[in-house]
Amino acid sequence: MVSINKVFYILLFVSLNIYASPEDDLADFQNYFKNKFPNTEFSDYKNGVYSIDSSSREQWESIEEFPPYEINIEQGEELFNVPFKNGNTYASCFRNNGIGIRQNYPYFDEDKDEIITLELAINNCRKKNGEKPLSYYKGGPMADISAYMAYTSRGKIIDIEIPNYKAEEAYESGKKLYFTKVGQLNFSCADCHVYYPGTKLRADITSPAIGHPTHFPVYRSRAGRMVTLHERFAGCLNRVRAKPFKAQQDEYKNLEYFLTYMSNGLEINGPGSRK
Amino acid sequence: MSTIKIRAKERNGSVTVKTLMKHPMETGQRVNKKTGDKIPAHFIQEVIAKANGDEVIVVHWGPAVSKNPYLTFVYNGSKGDELELTWLDNKGNRDSKTVEVK
Amino acid sequence: MNRRNFLKNSLMTAVTLTTLSGFLIKPKSVFAAWPKTSFDITNLDESIKSVYGHNDLSETTKVKLKAPDIAENGAIVPINVKTALKNVESIMIFVENNPQPLSSGYNLTSKSLPIIGTRIKMGKTSKIIAAVKSEGKVFSASKEVKVTIGGCGG
Repeated sequence: MVSINKVFYILLFVSLNIYASPEDDLADFQNYFKNKFPNTEFSDYKNGVYSIDSSSREQWESIEEFPPYEINIEQGEELFNVPFKNGNTYASCFRNNGIGIRQNYPYFDEDKDEIITLELAINNCRKKNGEKPLSYYKGGPMADISAYMAYTSRGKIIDIEIPNYKAEEAYESGKKLYFTKVGQLNFSCADCHVYYPGTKLRADITSPAIGHPTHFPVYRSRAGRMVTLHERFAGCLNRVRAKPFKAQQDEYKNLEYFLTYMSNGLEINGPGSRK
Repeated sequence: MSTIKIRAKERNGSVTVKTLMKHPMETGQRVNKKTGDKIPAHFIQEVIAKANGDEVIVVHWGPAVSKNPYLTFVYNGSKGDELELTWLDNKGNRDSKTVEVK
Repeated sequence: MNRRNFLKNSLMTAVTLTTLSGFLIKPKSVFAAWPKTSFDITNLDESIKSVYGHNDLSETTKVKLKAPDIAENGAIVPINVKTALKNVESIMIFVENNPQPLSSGYNLTSKSLPIIGTRIKMGKTSKIIAAVKSEGKVFSASKEVKVTIGGCGG
């Protein structure tokens, strides 16, 4: 039984590595999960581990009745609406005044040839208006603003585009990292989230890869504060005893690009609550 | 910004109140990793709810209640009730909020 | 049942809350102020005794305690208590293996319905006891909640 699975996994790995288009990858990737969890509605993957585990889902639903991140959304809204010293606002930096746009991130900026994530765009906006950048770590105003912007985008469908060859390179780079074993424990992201989702890792249950970026930033009860996606990437790398990259470093941006593309078709439901 | 969020809905003569309060609820047991000192206890001790000036429930909390604490309770009341919620913590801080029951 | 007699007979210690500036902020309430002694006790039986004057709890199915079998996270465990018993004066939640078992107390009035919920911290796997005082007698329901730690979530 184990060896048949291993062959399947190797075939999946190989098929995703042979030059297939991102569209082919997307179909393969999402079909893989649909087959693995036939009782899960596709749209429910936005709820991460709670889409595949009922007992933790019940507790999560209880928290969601009145989630702690409501405080952060309110704080984020206030911060978002305070003008910079030069009189401009965050709204001036974004399409639609920054409301209901989270599903468009990350995107490949064809002029700058770089991936722009939402958090990076927030700091770019600050820089453009003569303000100091906000930290991407340990919650704080960056996570609050990101939470507010995610909240205004709830229900919007993720539809990340790969507009040109350079963007595709970034996507491929992110994909490669996703499947590369790293750290002392020699795990790849795929090990927990593609090959063995729904299994127990000590007290945790591994969540499926599709749906991961839909609900960030998250309020982590363990930390008692908001956590952004790149901080979570760093957390995972620390856990496999690999040296984490810095938030908004290329490796993470490419990873976020790949991961979000793989969630195309799912809706934004951030911010989320997690243990 | 208020530290108290309240949702109060009346149905069949019962008002269900759900509230979330922003507070560290520090137990006093955690150690500051940099200094080695214990982080002092800082938690809400009392939550008092009044409907139209009359006490409805008085809650006593210890530090084992979760951070950014949640509380739900039910009382006999009506739409339009003026519901006032007050918390007091062990450092003498307090906050209060009043909403109209929907 | 006269609430003032109940207070006189209870072992709850009155504590006056004062700020550093000496500003008195104790609320005007018919209930005793925060029971410091009870909240400090580290032993379950003594904790229960300090609240009621005895630890004679009658287990009953009329008290419904809702708590998860396995807590997803010991920092935030949702607990709900409700009861069909009449004239409930108070509901207390004890966590046997917490450093101080008394987690919280809910003092009801004639306007209250005996339904409460909150989220608590649990240090480790423990029995949770919901104690309900109704017409002079103390009833209870309990449930073991498992707390696990470790994993990739950190």
